[in-house]
Amino acid sequence: MSHLLDRLNFLQSKELEQFANGHGQVTRENRDWEDTYRNRWRHDKVVRSTHGVNCTGSCSWKIYVKSGIVTWETQQTDYPRTRPDLPNHEPRGCARGASYSWYLYSANRIKNPLVRGRLLKMWREMRKTKAPVAAWSAIQNDPILRAEYTRTRGKGGFVRASWDEATEIAAAANAYTAKTYGPDRVFGFSPIPAMSMVSYAAGSRYLSLLGGTCMSFYDWYCDLPPASPQTWGEQTDVPESADWYNAGFLLIWGSNVPQTRTPDAHFYTEARYRGTKSAVISPDYSEASKFGDIWLNPKQGTDSALAMAMGHVILREFHLDRQAAYFEDYARRYSDMPMLVALDEKDGHHIPGKLLRASDLAEGLGETNNPDWKTVAVGEKDGEMIVPNGSVGFRWGEEGKWNLEERAGETEAKLRLSQILDEHHDDVVGVDFPYFGGAATANFVKCEHPEVLTRNVPVKRVTLADGREAMVATVFDLLCANYGLDRGLGGEWVSADYGDDLPYTPAWAEKITGVSADKIIAVAREFATNAEKTQGKSMVILGAGLNHWYHMDMNYRGIINLLVMCGCVGQSGGGWSHYVGQEKLRPQTGWLPLAFALDWNRPPRHMNSTSAFYAHTDQWRYETLGAGEILSPTAPEGDWDVSLIDYNIRAERMGWLPSAPQLKTNPLEVAKAAKAAGMEPKDYVAQKLKSGELQMSCEDPDAPENWMRNLYVWRSNLLGSSGKGHEYFLRHLLGTDSGVLGKDLGEEGGAKPVEAVWHDEAPEGKLDLLVCIDFRMSTTAVYADVVLPTASWYEKNDLNTSDMHPFIHPLQAAVDPAYESKSDWEIFKAIAKKFQEVAPEVLGVETDIVQVPILHDTAGELAQPDVRDWKKGECDLIPGKTAPNYVAVERDYTALYDRFVALGPLLDKLGNGGKGIGWDTRHEVEELRKLNGVWQDGPAEGCAKILSDIDATEVILMLAPETNGEVAVKAWEALEKPTGREHKHLAEGQEHTKIRFRDVAAQPRKIISSPTWSGIESEEVCYNAGYTNVHELIPWRTLTGRQQLYQDHLWMRAFGEGFVQYRPPVDLKTVTQEVLDGDEKHVVLNFITPHQKWGIHSTYSDNLLMLTLNRGGPVVWLSETDAQAAGIEDNDWVEAYNVNGALTARAVVSQRMKEGTVFMYHAQEKIVNTPGSEKTGLRGGIHNSVTRATLKPTHMIGGYAQQSYGFNYYGTVGSNRDEFVIVRKMKKIDWLDQPAKQEAAE
Amino acid sequence: MNNFFFGIYPYIALSVLIFGSIARYERDPFTWKSSSSQLLRRRQLRLGSVLFHVGVLTIFFGHLFGLLTPLWIIDALGISHSAKQVLAMAVGGIAGVMALVGGGILFHRRWTDPRIRKTSSVADIGILGLLLAQLVLGVSTIFASAQHLDGHEMVKFMHWAQGILTFRSGAAAQIADVSLIFKLHIVLGLTIFLLFPFTRLVHMLSVPLRYFWRPGYQVVRSRRSAPLPAHSDAEIKQARVAAAKSRQRPQPAE
Repeated sequence: MSHLLDRLNFLQSKELEQFANGHGQVTRENRDWEDTYRNRWRHDKVVRSTHGVNCTGSCSWKIYVKSGIVTWETQQTDYPRTRPDLPNHEPRGCARGASYSWYLYSANRIKNPLVRGRLLKMWREMRKTKAPVAAWSAIQNDPILRAEYTRTRGKGGFVRASWDEATEIAAAANAYTAKTYGPDRVFGFSPIPAMSMVSYAAGSRYLSLLGGTCMSFYDWYCDLPPASPQTWGEQTDVPESADWYNAGFLLIWGSNVPQTRTPDAHFYTEARYRGTKSAVISPDYSEASKFGDIWLNPKQGTDSALAMAMGHVILREFHLDRQAAYFEDYARRYSDMPMLVALDEKDGHHIPGKLLRASDLAEGLGETNNPDWKTVAVGEKDGEMIVPNGSVGFRWGEEGKWNLEERAGETEAKLRLSQILDEHHDDVVGVDFPYFGGAATANFVKCEHPEVLTRNVPVKRVTLADGREAMVATVFDLLCANYGLDRGLGGEWVSADYGDDLPYTPAWAEKITGVSADKIIAVAREFATNAEKTQGKSMVILGAGLNHWYHMDMNYRGIINLLVMCGCVGQSGGGWSHYVGQEKLRPQTGWLPLAFALDWNRPPRHMNSTSAFYAHTDQWRYETLGAGEILSPTAPEGDWDVSLIDYNIRAERMGWLPSAPQLKTNPLEVAKAAKAAGMEPKDYVAQKLKSGELQMSCEDPDAPENWMRNLYVWRSNLLGSSGKGHEYFLRHLLGTDSGVLGKDLGEEGGAKPVEAVWHDEAPEGKLDLLVCIDFRMSTTAVYADVVLPTASWYEKNDLNTSDMHPFIHPLQAAVDPAYESKSDWEIFKAIAKKFQEVAPEVLGVETDIVQVPILHDTAGELAQPDVRDWKKGECDLIPGKTAPNYVAVERDYTALYDRFVALGPLLDKLGNGGKGIGWDTRHEVEELRKLNGVWQDGPAEGCAKILSDIDATEVILMLAPETNGEVAVKAWEALEKPTGREHKHLAEGQEHTKIRFRDVAAQPRKIISSPTWSGIESEEVCYNAGYTNVHELIPWRTLTGRQQLYQDHLWMRAFGEGFVQYRPPVDLKTVTQEVLDGDEKHVVLNFITPHQKWGIHSTYSDNLLMLTLNRGGPVVWLSETDAQAAGIEDNDWVEAYNVNGALTARAVVSQRMKEGTVFMYHAQEKIVNTPGSEKTGLRGGIHNSVTRATLKPTHMIGGYAQQSYGFNYYGTVGSNRDEFVIVRKMKKIDWLDQPAKQEAAE
Repeated sequence: MNNFFFGIYPYIALSVLIFGSIARYERDPFTWKSSSSQLLRRRQLRLGSVLFHVGVLTIFFGHLFGLLTPLWIIDALGISHSAKQVLAMAVGGIAGVMALVGGGILFHRRWTDPRIRKTSSVADIGILGLLLAQLVLGVSTIFASAQHLDGHEMVKFMHWAQGILTFRSGAAAQIADVSLIFKLHIVLGLTIFLLFPFTRLVHMLSVPLRYFWRPGYQVVRSRRSAPLPAHSDAEIKQARVAAAKSRQRPQPAE
């Protein structure tokens, strides 16, 4: 009742009894105060959800709700059990995830739709008299009005708008753009579907129905390892983290497991308890380092040198001096090592050329189907030429022989790995290999040797079909030569002594990496010894530390080679564990139709973001890296020394890479013209491209017709996080103040591109409209024109999967979206509905012409055995063969919303599938009609409804083999045709397993084995990539059908990457004398952006709880020596800058750091505690203010088996680790908090 | 003026003290605490705190005894006014210096230690400052008292204080002519009373005195459903006997 009165009982004894000889007493006193503490933890309900940030840890969380408010979250601990002898999955979840509930009610939350004030004002004015599209058109056609709002981007000035008004602006802008320039000028960027598939699908479904462009993320984030598609024909497939436990030797290389894979790290600990040996390779003393039995700290960026030295040791000790039976057998059956390579002659020298094909030999060795895509080897027994099963030529156009059985058609065929024996070779010749170690910049150790090294290789002479004689060598023999191994064949540049200073001995690597040779030898030897004893249970966990370098594929291939040499790939407890992005969308084939509206029209428009942003933010105009600098000295004759964007344009023209926009002319108009001309759209476009009447947009990215006009950014912080070349985005794409400090090639007088049209005046402010959909005021939102408030991860229903564990997990609405926010699904529904209302003003039912690159996993991937450019007259323009394909697609803009919320008819008609496997799915569509209900009338009459986000999840779960056993069985059966083997047993018995949304809400569910992935879900083994290739003999989806260590495409050879090489970081020349301020005290350091401890993985860096744990704002890490050199003390404000821009941060001076590097943890935004830069006079900058994307030509290759385009599968990547910055102490800390200056009257 | 400060203000201050404290205890029991900073930093605390508290408590009870003991009791005990005053000056002086030194240490600690400073409220620093000021004033009254060692001035204060507490009119007039330093000391003292409920001083009211005569070292609270203890000791004894009996239940035979 009354606290005071209750306590006024001093005279009353409280003692009830005594015990322990009077030392203890039992008292009776008021205990009501305890209720306060009880109520503190009392709650109304607990809902299962997870965090959909770009950490797809997919950890199960309990979300506590009290009085309608999310109060806190704790780890959920009810994962399905693991099999005996394997530790449980729990605990899963990290401190970052546990801090998430703070966001829901924080000041960072966006509460209402916001529109840039000036834009809204003019919009309302226009709308008084004009219809929506006309209103938008009026604003766009008045340069003063347009500049009024584009120039103020990022400078505040948002006002509240209603949902109706905000969506009307977006819809009108989209309709105007589609009508005026073409629907492909409407772009959308959203990353990592796996983190919230329905949210991703909402936007991409809208864009795909519209004909807009969905942009990739995996390559742009530089999380895509191009070495994976090159070697395996697979985007990325990796072991689940539980499989670490099965490893005998764990090599952690450039990955910081406890910090960035926190929920999985316990398996690493448990593996150590089990006795697994571990070596950690990391330049800094990372958190992972203390897990290792040994820590190797190489100079940053020299990992491929280290890997090659290890490869040198393993080849020497396990393949040459002694042949480990397991390794030899594995190499013969599962790698391209026995395949024959034809040697090309150039000026009397021999260089490795293309893999020998059946078509090169007389009568194609009896092969009539795709003989130019069937590789050739020598039989072990008789030395005869064999066309072994499994190469890509067997995959398309015939059945039953696309498998890894040791056969060639009907005959047994054991392949010969090496021709080293005298009786097996006809000759020993010198073969040229490039050497790049001497090209290192001053910041790295140069290890000078000639740039061409000639080494002896045993060869066989064969007579080709055209009568010429050619020399052929096995990949294995060339590989050994490439690694500089002396095999008693004489000649130079080979070594039998690890102490020789010759590439690629351990002693040579010691000079470059700083890691002592004996440690390199010991780790390599133990890695291989363990693999031999355990049949492949040696594993490498590798990460962004390696993959973000310009030559990341060299780092990766160096490591992949170790794994293939030791037979580790495809063995449980072994293999390649690349965890950068963890983007695995397990029910992918169920999701694809929903996400890209494949149920209504095919194909969708996809674009690789790196090339798109490189072009549209005009980063190409500032390119400092010439292709000539990275070209191989052994490159064949050719027009190689052009700029990087020229390579990209050629790649787009030849159908290798996608384009966006596609044609300079509006595709809706092109379709009309084709119809008027009475021609097939494809033929019409081909004819007009040849005549020059039609042009591809890529050739002139700065022409107004080719600008990116509308951009949706959702589930992403493009401008605050992933946007390499941040300042270029601000200047050219957005047209606002930017901190670019350098000059473009025009001002510099540098060599200009030959393919791209150069405009002396670079456009600024290309984008008409930037729409950001987020729940917090991120940097991207700050720069947007329209900001739409979305539901957070505890406020929507969705699905989430990871490659770290095999479960499918829900996001659930524990509470309704706070304030005025809506889920992404509802937002895009609203935009679609508005579009349908607004569009008839200018659009009706239209034909659109979609340009499609040559795609991987289609028969088209056999398009171009040789590189020929139609524009140079080297071949005819044949769409889909020598150029992109052009496909007419009908779009009903008056029924866009109706289609959005209905499952369209194409699934019934064309079926479903993925990765080259297709199946009939009518039964599932019928089931969905029953489950979700059917539209009774309207344009989608008879179609299943997809109204709510849960309806959308059911579509995914019903259609995917991973979550519907019946589909899994169908899918495996479909694969049995090309392989001619029985696979159905992998899913049999699971026909009646059907996972629905309510099932995963009750408990995360383990998925079903599916042929679109290379591992299986079973009671015997953990999920491990390549498992079905090795154990089911399903070929890898590469040219040879095997793990391909030799890349024979012309461009790969031209850039010297046929075999793995050590390539030092490239010189981006961003620290120039001009940008350097006199003799001020400073240091020049390599700028590294790893993942951090206090943000991104599960929550962002503006989270107050996380900020409190570190320094409350942006920081960079420096070594003690570097800090001393620049006169910097811990916690000083420092500025880091180069020609790309500048950033400010506090210095963390730490012994952890290796000299010569500065760390700035990724995605520390400039919205919290960031002062102005002295250099630019603008607020701070983010980590990407000092970077710029630089493309690598070999990533543009297409139309060539595994090197064919796939969305998020292959393409240019946004590397950023080769960057150097000037770091100095700041003199004046200006918070830029004075009132804005009145703008000068214009 | 004199009447307001010494006739009305005391009632305002005491009313706020009493009702304010009750209100705070009722409305916001979780703020009723001493807000000890011992966890943040132990340095200087032991010496400063002990000196301060011993000094201040001595002074506090000295004032209570000195001012509120009716004169006839003093007289009956045969203590001369002069002797009482000298005693008060001596004890008060020593205790006052102790409290000043201790308070000085505490103030220094609170002001200069960054952790303590950051976690201090305005009231925390302010009340400590006021107490120090009051101590300075109090110690300086010794010099004024030394002017008239006969104790007659002291008797005026006793009359005043007792007059206030017994609601006698004209109490203020009793001290109309005393030295200014005494008046300042009184006004500031009343102000501290006034601020009392809004500061950490409330912990004075919750001194765990019972702790001094606790019977044991281990305290177990009974279940909430157990009946409240009876008000007479007899029942408690009965309960104890019952409890003891239940403990001495014969053990089952082996």
